[in-house]
Amino acid sequence: MTTEQAIAQDIEAKVRHTQEREAAGNSKFGFIVFLLSESVIFLSFFTGYIIYKTQTPNWYPPGVTGLEIRDPAINTVVLVSSSFVIYIAERFLHDKKLWGFRLFLIATMAMGGYFLYGQAVEWSSLPFTYQSGLFGGLFYLLTGFHGLHVFSGIVLQAVMLGRSLFPGNYDNGYFGVEATSLFWHFVDVIWIILFGLLYLWQ
Amino acid sequence: MTDISLKVPEAVRAQPYPGAPDNWKRFFTFSTDHKVIGIQYIVTSFFFFLVGGAFAMVIRGELITPDADLIDRTAYNALFTMHGTIMLFLWTFPVLVGLGNYLVPLMIGARDMAFPRLNAVSFWMIPVAGVLLMASFLVPGGPSQSGWWAYPPVSLQNPTGNLINGQVLWILAVAISGVSSIMGAVNFVTTIFRMRSPGMTWFRTPAFVWAVLAAQLIQLYGLPALTGGAIMLLLDLTIGTSFFAPDRGGNPILYQHFFWFYSHPAVYVMVLPAFGTFSEVLPVHARKPLFGYRVIAASSILITIISGAVWVHHMYASATPPWMRMFFMVTTMLVAVPSGIKVFGWVATVWGGKIRFTTPMLFALGGISNWLFAGITGIFLGSVPIDLHVHNTYFVVGHFHYVLYGAIAMAIFAAIYHWFPKITGRRYYEGLGQLHFALAYIGTQLTFLPMHPLGLMGMPRRVASYDLEFAYWNVIASLGGFLLGVSTVPFILNMVSSWILGEKAGDNPWRAYGLEWLTTSPPSVENFEEIPVVISPPYGYGQDRPLVASNPNPKTIADSGFLIEQKTLSPEPE
Ligand code: HEM
Ligand SMILES: [Cu+2]
Repeated sequence: MTTEQAIAQDIEAKVRHTQEREAAGNSKFGFIVFLLSESVIFLSFFTGYIIYKTQTPNWYPPGVTGLEIRDPAINTVVLVSSSFVIYIAERFLHDKKLWGFRLFLIATMAMGGYFLYGQAVEWSSLPFTYQSGLFGGLFYLLTGFHGLHVFSGIVLQAVMLGRSLFPGNYDNGYFGVEATSLFWHFVDVIWIILFGLLYLWQ
Repeated sequence: MTDISLKVPEAVRAQPYPGAPDNWKRFFTFSTDHKVIGIQYIVTSFFFFLVGGAFAMVIRGELITPDADLIDRTAYNALFTMHGTIMLFLWTFPVLVGLGNYLVPLMIGARDMAFPRLNAVSFWMIPVAGVLLMASFLVPGGPSQSGWWAYPPVSLQNPTGNLINGQVLWILAVAISGVSSIMGAVNFVTTIFRMRSPGMTWFRTPAFVWAVLAAQLIQLYGLPALTGGAIMLLLDLTIGTSFFAPDRGGNPILYQHFFWFYSHPAVYVMVLPAFGTFSEVLPVHARKPLFGYRVIAASSILITIISGAVWVHHMYASATPPWMRMFFMVTTMLVAVPSGIKVFGWVATVWGGKIRFTTPMLFALGGISNWLFAGITGIFLGSVPIDLHVHNTYFVVGHFHYVLYGAIAMAIFAAIYHWFPKITGRRYYEGLGQLHFALAYIGTQLTFLPMHPLGLMGMPRRVASYDLEFAYWNVIASLGGFLLGVSTVPFILNMVSSWILGEKAGDNPWRAYGLEWLTTSPPSVENFEEIPVVISPPYGYGQDRPLVASNPNPKTIADSGFLIEQKTLSPEPE
């Protein structure tokens, strides 16, 4: 083999290597880009909320003095802890321990489900509706839009759980699980900001 | 030598070329080839260009006389709303995405976009949005009448009381095109960041690719804000929340902020790829490197950043506090700087070059001249004291049509002619192309120049009838408008006949310097047999430096080109 050929072969090997690595990383990169973009929707809702709240003279609808904070606080603790639980699930998958993965994924889903349940209970007991002025509209918009994200997260988790039942699915990488867990952390962070805006800043 | 290369399997390469007329059927399938998708985008949006153009003809027909005699005012409102919406969301955005789709992977030496299936889904949402928008002609009450910006409280009117009305369909159509754009943006950004071929460092990446990247980054940070606003508008309209409804305690100005936070940067989503096209076309046809390539490339990103902080210049007259006006006036002047730098670079590129006045070159030069004019009126509008006088007059309409038709549509035509041989493998008819340019250029001046004096005289926009004193300029504008309508005829004739009958073009008919010219015309399914290794910055005209280390398509492309360093590595190891 001439040196020229050796160089050419070397280049080709390098090319292939980069290509493979890139193909694996593309999805992750793309998903992060998507989440960053998605966060701007929330950011614009938050900005809207702050502007409305600081500029509206009678913020709460008649007969409403504020929001009850105890149950939402419990809900918050549950949702935030579930972020750690899904992290543990991911670690189990990383070590190829499928049962641990499933168990902790189910726990995450249960905690997410509890959060949605708590949200539903709160909604049904509130003395105002989405038509009760700006406050009413924004409260339901923000919690509802976030709730939809929680729901999507649970659906994603269910899909990942289902996929784990078929052998071989997670043998070469598990981007879907990484994305699901990233999404879940994202939903969590958004909730923490929301909790601050809606419940702590009254 | 052992064959470990990434060569495309023979079976794949043996497939007929996408784009060849004999397999037109593939354009109606869910293809994931970026080149097929690119053509699907371009052709679909050109169809909508014709629809939006037909509405424009009716609008100009109405305005050729001072009275509202051709159509009634309601229909007039619906038509200008649909005209603007179609031209932006179904023509300019998607056609540029189509060009980017076709060209970016070729220019960066990739085999496809990062997410081919997502790409196809993004495309197929465009016809869906189009059908939804068109369907609003059929619902009681007709299409939305609140203009392309859908300001409340006008957009919150629902005289028929139906849940499905023109405005709701409008919001849904725009939302679908928005989702498509976001998915496209994720795809482009990932592709450009991660799939440039080895050796293609940032400052070896063509200016067009930089421009597409800059534009798509804007989509990512801007579009979600409009989405947020649109969701709130939809809720106001359908379930009776009060976000933007003044009669229910809402704040309509906030909608304007949401809208313009995206829609000002959105004009750069459209103009940046046009800038990129100028930067590609000029060097080829002037046989000179792009002057100040690095600065031109990086200034695109500068525009991405600054254009996120200028939106309130559309709201000087919206009870905006003086300090805000002041701030946004300064940023608006700032954003003109990178654009000015680019114009300087283009002029210096052409200066002293061996210019070939081909159709793409004519469109590029014409487009730049129009952009210069629009930039100057833009500076006028950006300054508060002038804008307060001409806001919502025909001056604004003149300004943005100089950008959107004068510069961007011209750039799109320049791109289509320039890459036509690559896309179809055939040459277009130069004579018809030049006729198209002449008609379009004269038509642009006749139609849009008169709008400036009209605006200065005080003629408001969005009216079906006007005072007699405005008649003179309006007649000229209408005649020019009809000329623009006529100008599409030689274009269509040219495209259809040369695609079928045109002379075979060869791989690199312009003797251009770029990766896309190192493939067959049209390129095979996966573009490159071997991923090219880039060894030079782009635009090496007259510099005798090869672009790539070895031939990326050794089976189909002759090695003799001035683009390849290593002639014939070894005898083919079959
Ligand atoms: C030097 C660059 C530019 C400056 C300084 C500028 C400035 C402005 C200003 C201040 C307005 C608001 C006028 C008013 O409503 O009273 C305006 C309107 C507009 N501009 Fe520009 N502009 C520039 C470039 C562009 C570009 C590149 C595009 C399109 C690709 C564009 C499209 C528009 C459109 C569509 C409107 C009207 C929006 C509407 O009212 O419906 N402009 N421009
Ligand atoms: Cu603007």
